[in-house]
Amino acid sequence: MLVLLVMNVARAAESAPAVHDPQLDERVRALAETLRCLVCQNETIADSPAELATDLRKQIREKMQQGLSDREILDYMVARYGDFVLYRPPLKTITILLWFGPLLFLLAGLGALFYRLTQRRKEAEVELSETDHARAKALLKSDDNEIP
Amino acid sequence: MVPELGQFALALALAIALTQAVLTLAGAARGNAAWMRVARPAALGQFIFVAIAFGCLMYSFINKDFSVAFVAANSNSALPLQYRVAGVWGGHEGSLLLWTLILGAWMVAVSVFSRRLPDDMVARVLGVMALVNVGFLSFMLFTSNPFDRLFPVPADGRDLNPLLQDPAMVLHPPVLYTGYVGFSVAFAFAIAALLSGRLDATWARWSRPWTTVAWMFLTLGIALGSVWSYYELGWGGWWFWDPVENASFMPWLVGTALIHSLAVTEKRGTFRSWTVLLAIFAFALSLLGTFLVRSGVLTSVHAFATDPKRGIFILAFLTVVIGGSLALFAWRAQRIGLGGSFDPVSRESMLLTNNVLLVAAAGSVLLGTLYPLLLDALDLGKISVGPPYFETIFVPLMAPALFLMGIGPLSRWKKASLPNLALRLRWAFAVSLATALLLSFALGRSSLWVSLGLLLAVWIVAASAVNFWERISNFSGASVAARLAGASRAYYGMLLAHIGVAVFVVGVTLEKGFEIQKDVRMAPGTTEQIGAYTFRFEDVEQVTGPNYVAAHATITALRNGKVIAVLHPEKRFYASQESPMTEAAIDPGFTRDLYVSLGDPVDSKTWIVRLQHKPFVLWIWGGCVLMALGGFFAAGDRRYRVETLRKSIATHAALGATAAGARLARAAVREKSR
Amino acid sequence: MKYYLVLAVFIVLVAFLAVGLTLNPHEVPSPLINKPAPHFDLPQLRDASKNFSERDMMGKVWLLNVWASWCVSCREEHPVLVEFAKSEVAPVYGLDYKDKREDGMSWLERFGDPYRISASDYDGKVGIDYGVYGVPETYVIDKRGVIRYKQIGPLTPEILKHKIIPLVASLNNG
Repeated sequence: MLVLLVMNVARAAESAPAVHDPQLDERVRALAETLRCLVCQNETIADSPAELATDLRKQIREKMQQGLSDREILDYMVARYGDFVLYRPPLKTITILLWFGPLLFLLAGLGALFYRLTQRRKEAEVELSETDHARAKALLKSDDNEIP
Repeated sequence: MVPELGQFALALALAIALTQAVLTLAGAARGNAAWMRVARPAALGQFIFVAIAFGCLMYSFINKDFSVAFVAANSNSALPLQYRVAGVWGGHEGSLLLWTLILGAWMVAVSVFSRRLPDDMVARVLGVMALVNVGFLSFMLFTSNPFDRLFPVPADGRDLNPLLQDPAMVLHPPVLYTGYVGFSVAFAFAIAALLSGRLDATWARWSRPWTTVAWMFLTLGIALGSVWSYYELGWGGWWFWDPVENASFMPWLVGTALIHSLAVTEKRGTFRSWTVLLAIFAFALSLLGTFLVRSGVLTSVHAFATDPKRGIFILAFLTVVIGGSLALFAWRAQRIGLGGSFDPVSRESMLLTNNVLLVAAAGSVLLGTLYPLLLDALDLGKISVGPPYFETIFVPLMAPALFLMGIGPLSRWKKASLPNLALRLRWAFAVSLATALLLSFALGRSSLWVSLGLLLAVWIVAASAVNFWERISNFSGASVAARLAGASRAYYGMLLAHIGVAVFVVGVTLEKGFEIQKDVRMAPGTTEQIGAYTFRFEDVEQVTGPNYVAAHATITALRNGKVIAVLHPEKRFYASQESPMTEAAIDPGFTRDLYVSLGDPVDSKTWIVRLQHKPFVLWIWGGCVLMALGGFFAAGDRRYRVETLRKSIATHAALGATAAGARLARAAVREKSR
Repeated sequence: MKYYLVLAVFIVLVAFLAVGLTLNPHEVPSPLINKPAPHFDLPQLRDASKNFSERDMMGKVWLLNVWASWCVSCREEHPVLVEFAKSEVAPVYGLDYKDKREDGMSWLERFGDPYRISASDYDGKVGIDYGVYGVPETYVIDKRGVIRYKQIGPLTPEILKHKIIPLVASLNNG
């Protein structure tokens, strides 16, 4: 067990940044949170304990220190790992359905609703006379009217 | 011996389920009373034998019988007793057994609480549920037998995944499954209605309490899962839009739409075919969720032992059950008819809009969850859809629904007046706007989303207050106490559930909007400031637990110099796992959680520590609890209980005696619907 | 009729799910296929004074196998690779990924060395350039230095027979 602890320490020591720069750290973390870890695929590179994630965070850090913009670093990652690495799916031809699907669903639903509403209007209605209304009201006094 | 007994019990249960399904459904179709009467005892029989099987598996776990393959894979001689018990559902095979046990329990509940239902209805409902059970029992016996033996018997088991060795493991799956499986009741009622051709307001009244209770359990189950991942996984997240999480959230969304739709069908007899379709959708999504989790089709941290062969079985089962239901629906729906009409501005139309929004949301979550699979299947490349997508599309869809939540309950059935509503709600709106703006300024930096969230949450509460006030002041003459008692339980349930949603929205909005997270390198003596809180790293040492070794840190949290809490985050190394587990230390509070976890070690006394200040995070789950409580009250409304039903039937029978009486009876029903 | 629409959508969904059962959701295909192999210039494993670069291999069809002494699956694949190297269908070169030199060399001593040359990628940067995320991975690179195929996970005799060997043959002829 102690071996594991020590191994962890050794690996981590390599990963802990040499220069302490909180602003850069913050920028690295923010960008790392938009990238998916390829080993622990349900986590971001910022959160994943995998070694590859640590290496990629280091790479991001270096690229930032070299002056690359966030956009350029993302392109760098996508060039190597494909769109899969982006936590937020990009907007491309093949993802148009993904991004506009929800809107389509909503419009389709509202459209069907609207159609139904206008259709129903045409249905005939049974009207009650005043006396009937009054009698009905009297009979129903004991019952609760406002059940949701 | 015991495992064999369990397996035999399962086989018996399957036989009973098969017999029941065939006899009761055929009996209902032919009007054969004797066959239909098989329904209730057969339901009990199934439950008893599945319970026996369940007991056998639990016995094997408790007694550390590693000759049973499933026990060996999910247990260990060092595993504490409570986790040996929970380990029964800690893996694929055992969780299926839990599924069938709970389905059996629901069947018994239906057979007990359905004395007033016509025999053919009961027969059909139980018959459909039995068919579902046949599917799951076959699945177990043919592909995922929890009682498979292992030779040679291993000396020790592989251990239950340490992530699952937690009190929440005892509660989360059973509660969640109770909800999941409970939607099979609404489904069965829907299919029974389609089969019998009797689809009216009475059918909705019968279905409603069952659906509400299932929904309640699902709400609690999801909330439990969320709390668990929050304190267990170590990063402070509480929802990840993971495929398995989505698999439980989609039925919840559709289930919520269903309980609202059932309200309309019960009150006004409209939306009948739509309600039936929703009931089918809700259960279809439950089954789809079962498929997604166990087939290996999607990547998920929750996924069970993935095996495409098992996937084929579930997919076939899913296709038969849901495909069959949808085919039945398509065939029979045309005869159902439209029901009463209503104005474009009315409670009905608002509830229907709520439905459209919820179903669109569920559809969008499904789209996002399955899209990578879609593209991959069409050989169009590989993408991944993460939380940023879901958050972007979900919030705009839900915001209008939240707004409607304020207006809907105040609208009249059939025909409401917008000017009238605006008049009644003008103060509620003003208060919401003012509170949202004030809070946004008071809390400091704030975004549009935060303001919107607060506005909607306060709006719901304010509008509910208006609704309550109007209700109380409507009954003339009576005392306040009488007026309060005059409102039905279902009414209070609705108010409570809606307020629960508001509380939930406040929690989510403020947590996401104002949470602060810092990753700092800390050694003994290091302090770090977050807002008004100071965190001081005291020490870290090595400790040994029952089945792990851990780095145990001590961090003091102070506010204005006073010690608030002493926190002990850990990094645990379990013998059976490769990577370490992060045990976060949390100081919970009504208005904020302080969340501390260990990251990577730098040297033996220096660690990277993640410090988080999470405002109002407890409100997220508090809101869910209120929602569930609201559901509980609504389901217990007196009109579902026998005496009231008898009285109403008598009233309507008396009215129906003459032709004029019949007209009055119709009038009475219509009046009552207002 | 319109009620059958829902059923139709459902059937389409099931069809996709059925196809999904044959796919592997974990596998991340490489965007580098049909693109030039990323440039590297690394010290050799056995002789640190000499370097190895993909440019050295221009004009030849070759395999680049990413391996490591700490990688368990590599041990599965290794005998297959040793056999393949003996057959001389295509030269096999190695990339020792995130490995200490001594560990890499002793591993090859123990299990055999199919590589003409192994490059030492100690910090893993070249691996990142090649989109390596799970060892072992193997690339088939053609005469013009373009990556034509990437195998994620261990090589098996079936994969060699049905994918790699035919591909190498066609690349050699083309």
